[in-house]
Amino acid sequence: MNSSFRILIKSPKFMFGACMLLAMIGLILIYPLFNRNDPLEMIALAYQPPDSKLLLGSDNFGRDLFLELIYGIRTSLQVGLIAGVFATVIGLVIGLASGYIGGMIDNLLTAITNIFIVIPSFVILILISVSIDSRSSFVTAVIIGITSWPWTARAVRAQTSSLRNRDHVNIAKISGYSTPRIILSEILPYIASYVVMAFVLQTASGILSEASISMLGLGPYNTISLGIIMNWALVFEAPVAGAWWAFIPAAISIAIITFSLYMMNTGMDEIFNPKIRS
Amino acid sequence: MKQNDVLIRGEHLTKVFGYGKQKTTAVEDVSFAFHEGEIISIVGESGSGKTTLAKMIMGLLKESSGSIEYMGKPRQLKRHGDRKRYWKNIQAIFQDPFSSFNLFYKVEKLLLDCIKLQGVNLTKEEQLRKMKEACSFVNLKFEELHNKYPFELSGGQMQRLMIARIFMLHPKLLIADEPTSMVDACSRSTILDMLLKLRDENNMTIIFITHDVGLAYYVSDTLYIMEQGKVVERGPAEEVILNPQHPYTQQLISDVPKIHSEWDLA
Repeated sequence: MNSSFRILIKSPKFMFGACMLLAMIGLILIYPLFNRNDPLEMIALAYQPPDSKLLLGSDNFGRDLFLELIYGIRTSLQVGLIAGVFATVIGLVIGLASGYIGGMIDNLLTAITNIFIVIPSFVILILISVSIDSRSSFVTAVIIGITSWPWTARAVRAQTSSLRNRDHVNIAKISGYSTPRIILSEILPYIASYVVMAFVLQTASGILSEASISMLGLGPYNTISLGIIMNWALVFEAPVAGAWWAFIPAAISIAIITFSLYMMNTGMDEIFNPKIRS
Repeated sequence: MKQNDVLIRGEHLTKVFGYGKQKTTAVEDVSFAFHEGEIISIVGESGSGKTTLAKMIMGLLKESSGSIEYMGKPRQLKRHGDRKRYWKNIQAIFQDPFSSFNLFYKVEKLLLDCIKLQGVNLTKEEQLRKMKEACSFVNLKFEELHNKYPFELSGGQMQRLMIARIFMLHPKLLIADEPTSMVDACSRSTILDMLLKLRDENNMTIIFITHDVGLAYYVSDTLYIMEQGKVVERGPAEEVILNPQHPYTQQLISDVPKIHSEWDLA
């Protein structure tokens, strides 16, 4: 594991993405320490253009948009990570069970996975969001997570069912390993790199999904996320007012975060996927 | 040939994969009786069901119908503890040494697992001594190997480590699934010699699975010829090779170039 991390550091694509992401995380951790104002405090007139005092101007309520953006990135990243963890864990468990056990259970779980793949997850996402009364950012993240696991499950299932018949698994069996131990020591290490890659992708798509449903006004309440900033800009007609600073920085932030995550994924893919590597 | 007690006996074993249109019968109505200290070769072309049969004997695949008796009693494999006890006595070497190792663990772990499976409590020194002994049996140096990862070894070294594993476990029955087909010619004869030596020392039963009739004749006491899931001919090696009855056996033998002169040199 240690050595594969060392190889990763040498990949320019991975390092580029990671540096960009770390810079972003650094910014959102450090800036609130200097500017201790409440992002929801109204301190200026509506749609003030950017100047030396308000780096990105103000929104329709006269709030500091740069500070809002910092808090928005923080929420969006959190939502993305939680959604990524949920999607990866559910996908991993279903994929492992389906691939390792095989037989009827495999057929059943594959059918369920396919049903989830066929129904557009965004529709499910909207329907669940509408039907839930209180939406915190955590609930939104969980909903995104449980609608985006099927691709992970499918890929993990494929890899597991081919690994299951490898001889080292048979050797482990006849060495008296229990099934959980075989999965833990003989299967998981082989798919670990794939799972990490899937997690990075799920996080990126989680951030995008959050932004999409928040823009529709179906996102979390009582918080600021990048999607919510865009929603406010839309609802209070920032484009009509010519207030580009109300939505373009948020859109660019989403683009930078997802781009850096996709870059990391591509870098990892080149290293861990032997077909591309050779 | 030592004809002692029957160690393992199979009655009308059948294995069917899939269902409906995709149904394939890999092994069909195979019965056998293997004795202690006997070397049996199961010979057949690819897809003849020999590996499936081996996996059923090993308990890695459940038979569709038929039964297997081990030491006179129907074998119990329902609980994990039962299987563990069974695998103390039934062990295997697989065809591909490169896929037999978990690439994420050091070589040492393979041998330590053997000590664990036997369930004996040993001190660190005793464990070390046992592992060294096993390695020297297969002409490997434990000091050079124990800290290495499997991908740092050659195929021959890996396969010899697999035999060291068998040496540590002292099973009653060894199933060797084409153990020499993926190693170089030099390692091949040493590996065969080691297997024969193990048999002589422990009175181990060896089931040798191969598609090479010549090799089978060289090592075994009894031959089973398999074609499309069925045993078409069986008997003492000499008899089957020198006086084949079934057309498939005759064809297999005629396909081997100069079998007698080749192996007489060995």
